[in-house]
Amino acid sequence: MTLSEGPATVPLLSVRGLTKLFGSFAACNAIDLDIAPGEIHALLGENGAGKSTLVKMLFGVLQPSAGQILWQGAPVTIASPGEARRLGVGMVFQHFSLFEALTVAENIALSLDPKISLARISDEAASLSKAYGLPLDPQAHVADLSVGERQRIEIVRALLQNPKLIILDEPTSVLTPQEADRLFETLFKLKAEGRSVLYISHRLEEVRRICDRATVLRHGKVTGACDPKQETPASLARMMVGSDVAEVHRDKAAALGDIRIEVSNLSVPARTPFAVSLKNVAMKVRAGEVLAIAGVAGNGQGELFDALSGEYPVAEDEAIRIRGKAVGRTGINGRRLLGAGFVPEERHGHAAVSAMALSDNLLLARSQSDKKAFLSGGAFSVIRFDAIRSATRRICEAMDVRKSGEDPQAGSLSGGNLQKFIVGRELDRQPSVLVVNQPTWGVDAGAASRIRQALIDLARSGSAVVVISQDLDEIFEVATNIAVICEGRLSEAYPAGALTLERIGLLMGGIHEGHSIPETAHAH
Amino acid sequence: MFEAILLTVITASTPLVLAALGELVTERSGVLNLGVEGMMIMGAACAFVAAQLTGSPYIGILAGILGGGIFSLLFGFLTLTLVANQVATGLALTILGLGLSGQIGEAFVGQPGIKLQPIVFPFLSDIPFFGRILFRQDLIFYVSIALVVGINWFLFRSRTGLKLRAIGDSHASAHALGINVIRTRYLAVMFGGACAGLAGAQLSLVYTPQWVENMSAGRGWIALALVVFASWRPWRILAGGYLFGAVGIGQLHAQIVAQNLGIVIPSQFLSALPYAATIVVLIIISHNRRTTLINTPASLGKPFVPDR
Repeated sequence: MTLSEGPATVPLLSVRGLTKLFGSFAACNAIDLDIAPGEIHALLGENGAGKSTLVKMLFGVLQPSAGQILWQGAPVTIASPGEARRLGVGMVFQHFSLFEALTVAENIALSLDPKISLARISDEAASLSKAYGLPLDPQAHVADLSVGERQRIEIVRALLQNPKLIILDEPTSVLTPQEADRLFETLFKLKAEGRSVLYISHRLEEVRRICDRATVLRHGKVTGACDPKQETPASLARMMVGSDVAEVHRDKAAALGDIRIEVSNLSVPARTPFAVSLKNVAMKVRAGEVLAIAGVAGNGQGELFDALSGEYPVAEDEAIRIRGKAVGRTGINGRRLLGAGFVPEERHGHAAVSAMALSDNLLLARSQSDKKAFLSGGAFSVIRFDAIRSATRRICEAMDVRKSGEDPQAGSLSGGNLQKFIVGRELDRQPSVLVVNQPTWGVDAGAASRIRQALIDLARSGSAVVVISQDLDEIFEVATNIAVICEGRLSEAYPAGALTLERIGLLMGGIHEGHSIPETAHAH
Repeated sequence: MFEAILLTVITASTPLVLAALGELVTERSGVLNLGVEGMMIMGAACAFVAAQLTGSPYIGILAGILGGGIFSLLFGFLTLTLVANQVATGLALTILGLGLSGQIGEAFVGQPGIKLQPIVFPFLSDIPFFGRILFRQDLIFYVSIALVVGINWFLFRSRTGLKLRAIGDSHASAHALGINVIRTRYLAVMFGGACAGLAGAQLSLVYTPQWVENMSAGRGWIALALVVFASWRPWRILAGGYLFGAVGIGQLHAQIVAQNLGIVIPSQFLSALPYAATIVVLIIISHNRRTTLINTPASLGKPFVPDR
């Protein structure tokens, strides 16, 4: 009989041959996927593999070009996020769609039935957040909250609608290891209640730890479906990337040379209410060393970079020394003339002007420090186009920048390629000091490993390199020494080999040796 | 004497409060309309002409509201539908409004106007001092006070107001939640225009019941400054509006006092006082940046083009 297929075996959500075309480009190509009730299902893939496009179709933000979505066995059309919510799909975005000027409760209210009063929403949000271990003050303004707290708002907002399926897009990319553990407990609770979770990530360890099944995407196609607990990180990565990822390799630590950057007693007050003040930062970086600075976003990384690069010079000239010279009050170009190079975090509008050609962007960064090479005519500063064009070509070749045309606009390059160009622009000068903030943020694995290798090679050739990053894998890959920044305070630097992930996690949470952990302090 | 001065302060402040309240709602939705001066003078011209033609100041008020509201629709169409630059369009609206209102009112220059009569509340108006000041006023004054209370409730208590503030904070996120950004902004722009028009009607029906070209005399600009001064909060608009109104009236009296004392103060200096006060206050409030940032609509002045 037809009843032989019992209701328990009907997947909560099935996707059959789902395809999304942008012009002739297939972002998703005939994707099949089944999510069973009460399972945590991983969606794995590199940047640009089609994960976001797939999820947007499931949540009604995009409409599929072909294929079918089945909800509890019945075909459905999900025309809008509102319809997805009515079906029972909740979504936690990677980039939060929160309103900073509004309170937590107001933010939640905006996505709920307008008939429910704000007071009731506050109460329900408070009790839900307590039940799932996600502490949250409904009256707080979002602008004052940390990234982790903001994510909790999104989760609570999704949970208030009592969803059967919750989609989380890269949820741990902004969390400390401890915060991530707390999130996993919440996910297990949801699973125990019979809800399903679609968990999007490229962090293989996490996926192996918490997910029951995994679907791997590459170039818009499903390249594997597996039980991640039966796989190794290497075998999962192979499915994601296709071939084995080129491993970054370095020789044994080179002998360290003279001190190139020295920061002592650097304190900088916060420039805006949402900025972090730097407190007594001290560090030394020697020639041949890569100092990696770990930390959760928004703990003073940007402010530290601004002080090191001279984007915002500091009051105390002696606080920062580059190659022995006090430069605290010197601007970016003065520091560049000493042989330093800088790569800021934001590619568009900060490291590069999107609407200008690559060669123009090269000239903007290096017109002062490489005046002789790029400008002629003395006081008239006439641009030597032949020189900047050949330098642009040289950089693109050295860093394998894929672009269309000879000298395209910076904005037309993909994130990874533009980042390779920006890093290459500095490396081309053979800087004796290089400071990089989030070198591989939002960059695909191939480009990331190219950039990391270049940083290691630069240090090996005798430069001092500072890498500020939130990506712990990256930090362990490139660092000679590791320091951790938390609330504007920088820890001392530890040799990379002497630190475990656990220790770093504690340091990132602001817990230093000699301090007791708050929970144990109460236990008496 | 004091009572008389207070009454003139109220009359001088009411148009500032009204125009600023309208602009506050517009800006809370993320739209910067610099055309307040133009919408105000259009309201003044339409109100005066309608009152002269019908003999009813109340029809004049209605015409003022409609004049400002319809005129703002032009701004809305250009900036919201055609996505023109808001600053440039707002400035153009002011220049156009000043010229167009001169055309509309040309035949009525020098005619004695119809003054809007006060509405006297029985009993309440008999309260000594306060009764005479607060309860023997014209309709527009009562409306201005009611609007302060009403807009404050609307913005911070109602769900529609919450949506409006959400749009002003991040139109992209609001759009993603399914809120109709463009429609809400059209309504907010028209409300701003209607309020500016009502403020104009007050000028030509209450403050100086006659038609003079350029009679708004920069009040639209003061109203714009007032919105920032009040950090986008209705109650602070009321306080700030009366402060600016008082400074404006105070300069007249200061001039007379100075003349009696034999001191020569150029009149231009004194009439620049409100603007100077605006600058000083702007400097002072910019010190408290956290509250300013929480209140400032983050997408103010940024054009919105829905993707997809």
